[in-house]
Amino acid sequence: MQDFANADLIVIEGSNMAEAHPVAFQWVIEARKRGARVIHVDPRFTRTSANADRHIPIRTGTDIVLLGGVIRHVLENELYFKEYVQAYTNASTLISEEYGDPEDLDGLFSGYDPETGTYDDSTWAYAGDPEQIARGLPERDETLQHPRTVFQILRRHYARYTPQMVQDTCGISPEDFEYLATSIAENSGRERTTMFAYALGWTQHQGGAQMIRTSGILQLLMGNVGRPGGGIMALRGHATIQGSTDIPTLYHILPGYLPMPKAGQDDFAEYTRGIGKKEQKGFWANADVYAINLLKAWWGEHASAENDWGFHNLPRLTGAHGTYQTLMRMLEGDVDGYFLFGQNPAVGSANGRMQRLGLSNLKWMVVRDFYMIESATFWKDGPEVESGELSPEQIGTEMFFLPAANHTEKAGSFTQTQRMVQWRDKAVEPPGDARSDLEFMYDLGRRVLAKLADSTDPRDRPLLDLTWDYPVDEHGDPDAEAVLAEINGRHIAGEKAGQPLASFGEMKDDGTTIGGCWIYSGVYADGVNRARKRTPGQEQDETAADWGWAWPANRRILYNRASADPEGRPWSERKKWVWWDEESGTWTGKDVPDFPATKRPDDPGDPSKGGAAALAGTDAFIMQADGRGWLFAPTGMVDGPMPTHYESPESNIRNPLYAQQSNPTRVTFRDEDNLSSPGAMGAGGEVYPYVFTTYRITEHHTAGGMSRFLPYLSELQPEMYCEVSPELAEEIGLEPYGWATIISARNAIEAKVLVTERMTPLRVGERTVHQIGLPFHWGRGSEAVVQGDGANDLIGMNLDANTQIQNSKNNSCTIIPGRRPRGAGRAELVEAYRRRAGLIPELHPQVDGADGAPGAGPVTEGTPHPMRGPEEASAVPTGEPSMKEMRNR
Amino acid sequence: MARKTFLDWPVLRQLRGADPTGRGTAVTSARTRSTAPRTAQADGVTESICPYCAVGCSQRIFHQDGRVIQIEGNPSSPVSRGRLCPKGAASEQLANSYLRQTKVRYRRPYGTEWEDLDLEVAMDMIADRFIQARRDHWEDEDEHGHPLRRTMGIASLGGATIDNEENYLIKKFFTAAGAIQMENQARI
Repeated sequence: MQDFANADLIVIEGSNMAEAHPVAFQWVIEARKRGARVIHVDPRFTRTSANADRHIPIRTGTDIVLLGGVIRHVLENELYFKEYVQAYTNASTLISEEYGDPEDLDGLFSGYDPETGTYDDSTWAYAGDPEQIARGLPERDETLQHPRTVFQILRRHYARYTPQMVQDTCGISPEDFEYLATSIAENSGRERTTMFAYALGWTQHQGGAQMIRTSGILQLLMGNVGRPGGGIMALRGHATIQGSTDIPTLYHILPGYLPMPKAGQDDFAEYTRGIGKKEQKGFWANADVYAINLLKAWWGEHASAENDWGFHNLPRLTGAHGTYQTLMRMLEGDVDGYFLFGQNPAVGSANGRMQRLGLSNLKWMVVRDFYMIESATFWKDGPEVESGELSPEQIGTEMFFLPAANHTEKAGSFTQTQRMVQWRDKAVEPPGDARSDLEFMYDLGRRVLAKLADSTDPRDRPLLDLTWDYPVDEHGDPDAEAVLAEINGRHIAGEKAGQPLASFGEMKDDGTTIGGCWIYSGVYADGVNRARKRTPGQEQDETAADWGWAWPANRRILYNRASADPEGRPWSERKKWVWWDEESGTWTGKDVPDFPATKRPDDPGDPSKGGAAALAGTDAFIMQADGRGWLFAPTGMVDGPMPTHYESPESNIRNPLYAQQSNPTRVTFRDEDNLSSPGAMGAGGEVYPYVFTTYRITEHHTAGGMSRFLPYLSELQPEMYCEVSPELAEEIGLEPYGWATIISARNAIEAKVLVTERMTPLRVGERTVHQIGLPFHWGRGSEAVVQGDGANDLIGMNLDANTQIQNSKNNSCTIIPGRRPRGAGRAELVEAYRRRAGLIPELHPQVDGADGAPGAGPVTEGTPHPMRGPEEASAVPTGEPSMKEMRNR
Repeated sequence: MARKTFLDWPVLRQLRGADPTGRGTAVTSARTRSTAPRTAQADGVTESICPYCAVGCSQRIFHQDGRVIQIEGNPSSPVSRGRLCPKGAASEQLANSYLRQTKVRYRRPYGTEWEDLDLEVAMDMIADRFIQARRDHWEDEDEHGHPLRRTMGIASLGGATIDNEENYLIKKFFTAAGAIQMENQARI
């Protein structure tokens, strides 16, 4: 966070940092005090804009065109950081002759299969001898002139992303574009750095992963990765949302970003080879070591070389099993039990109505929370009970509400947004029946194991063989430090037996070490809980390495080898961070070097060895199989090796770039409650002429479970509201502080009206685009201090194919004055608008309402909830095999 | 309270004392002087981290008689430098809100009201249901005969505000049980 202060330019795009991350924003203010420029790109003018040098309003969902325009600008005007690009990126790499670009295929990359809506990425591969490519040594042209170099492909790909295209797509004037592009160009290079910051304003789009990629490409071209005041800051929204990705409660990965195995992956060596090959460059070459240590941590003595370390114990995936796929299975009656650990999907997940119907269709449910959240009470006071559609007597879900201990009542660690793990000490005992989730899970596990103790069923073997023994205190609460120690790993044989691992470098492939999450190895080195390090900031330098512990190996800036030039010298005195010290023969500097400590800058690397030894002294991107930062991603992305612009699923604007209107890999679910407006692809699109985008406000948190139950916060922000421009208010007849009803193809909600010039109508082509802002914190129940309609009720389940995250930030609606009808009238209102738009499921068998949209055709009748699009959430950057042949569930 | 004298007139206090601008001690009342911050009576202070967003602001938790009485920003943190936002500053209420639930609640299928349930009984019932749902929706292999060894009858969601250690145990146990449908706010 403090590194913001080192930036010369901060571009905040897709984030309202001042209001969503107010305390971190002090570092942006600090940077401004030191002379930095701040630009805020966002549909709304917010407090972030008020503290920026310029606010650039943008039509939501068009960020790839804006940043693609900047990429074109720096390439055409030769403003990119040449030495950096040549040494540290894959700009010089040659791509396969078979590669076809959307510029030539009218919006599709080569390898597209319209039947499945997926890509075969084999034509995006590097050119050269396969064995050499596997060693990270593809064909290259260091002059960057060959037409098949990544550099030239990039140039052609973005050639039409001109300032005029930016204006016609984003609604951004050439003057504002010039200001942004020039600011980035002038604040990059040896002496200066630009930092990007984003949040859910990028992530929650269909195509959101590619928006982030666009910024990544630009930052690599400008030489802003691995350097102080550079990089891309992902501003994440929850205390340990970073930790719960690292040590995931996510279906597709195991701790440390190891992918969950898929059906058919029965050979352990093949599985680990799919993550990282032994002969490739960098640290993923040791994927087998990380996997062995994890399996050994879980199955202890039952994991051995003879049984592939218990690899067969792991369940297998057959496609995407994300939260929305699981919801569809709930609706089909195929899920019996559901656990909520501090989550409120009845309010916080897309398509609230379907969420609540899904919960109503379970056999049983366990809610662990502090308060009676809406997901615990939907059966008695949810909107569908209010409307008379459902009643408690019709809902068979057996509910267990278990009160949870809060952050002051248990010890444990959170990982904050910059990978820093911080420990919390326990202050008090939890009240009454409240317990930590650690105690709950441990206790539940022990009860299940006790009940299965006599089982001879082979299905129960992985449970019975599981290492499940942790020391507990007098209340039965397990020692969280003992769990952290297992995550860190330890030696279990040899002279160091029993000692914690000092780093993942100590992990062995012979079963003599264990470690639950390789990237966290070192957090408990020497038996010292480094997450609990608390040397005051005032007593440290700006890196503050003795406060908390950042994975991996307490590095604060990743890929920081790139902060030095190819010879190992700082790019400039001003931007000194990590450099080669000839005298000691090591890398040194203000941070832990993110590079083999003694590998000389002129080391050619040893391709015969693979792994860290194969890295050349200039291969700064040590996790990439070729040691380079990827401008072009030959693998890892399911919707293209480079970002390209598509309109959102409900957009009323035709894609100005291609005939292909929306992302051809989009994931959606067919259901009468999950219809989409046809947008520009059908006449009915004009029934929903406005765009709405959702956001967080300072005084509330997510679905309100930790804020609408607190009187202070409820008093500060008591009511659901919508932000509209004076022009739109005039057009519709909305009164300030009166009521409005917002109607999408999914549902209708009501909100108080806030008429404000913070919302700017944008001129896009011949059309004026009105955008409406909706905070998403409110929900309907009866227990919270404050309630209101939930913005997520309006949002459909249209997912990004890379991440399976829903498109919350860019959907279509209409808005009318007054409150919504009560009772059955609400559904009737939604239905009336659907009919006007031609959204009648039985008459329109199209997949997602997008009449005439290229891509997959009508789904087959008979399957209740067909899904289209790829079913993969990619995990690791290298070589993970595709799941596209697999079924959804 | 001591009897007021002529010299206690605020303007005279201001002129006599060390507060000539009248913005400090000169204008405090006897009642103000007799008050002390509630943190002064705390039994102890514990260092913690704010449970809301991912900035990771450090908190000082003041507690007394086993209850949290105040939460403040920790000036030692190099990240937050003592600051908290409105949510972090309100987090004492997260513990002490009158809406805080401290008892297990149970709602039977098709029931119209919550009922009380003993924690031990509840845990045992959940364990039974876990085993049952796991068995009822078990899948040994797919249609090609590839092993799946999983159950599709159990799912979970959360949590990005629980601890790394907690997520680790959930992932470990659910995976060993074959319950793959585990999700998190991180995908929402």
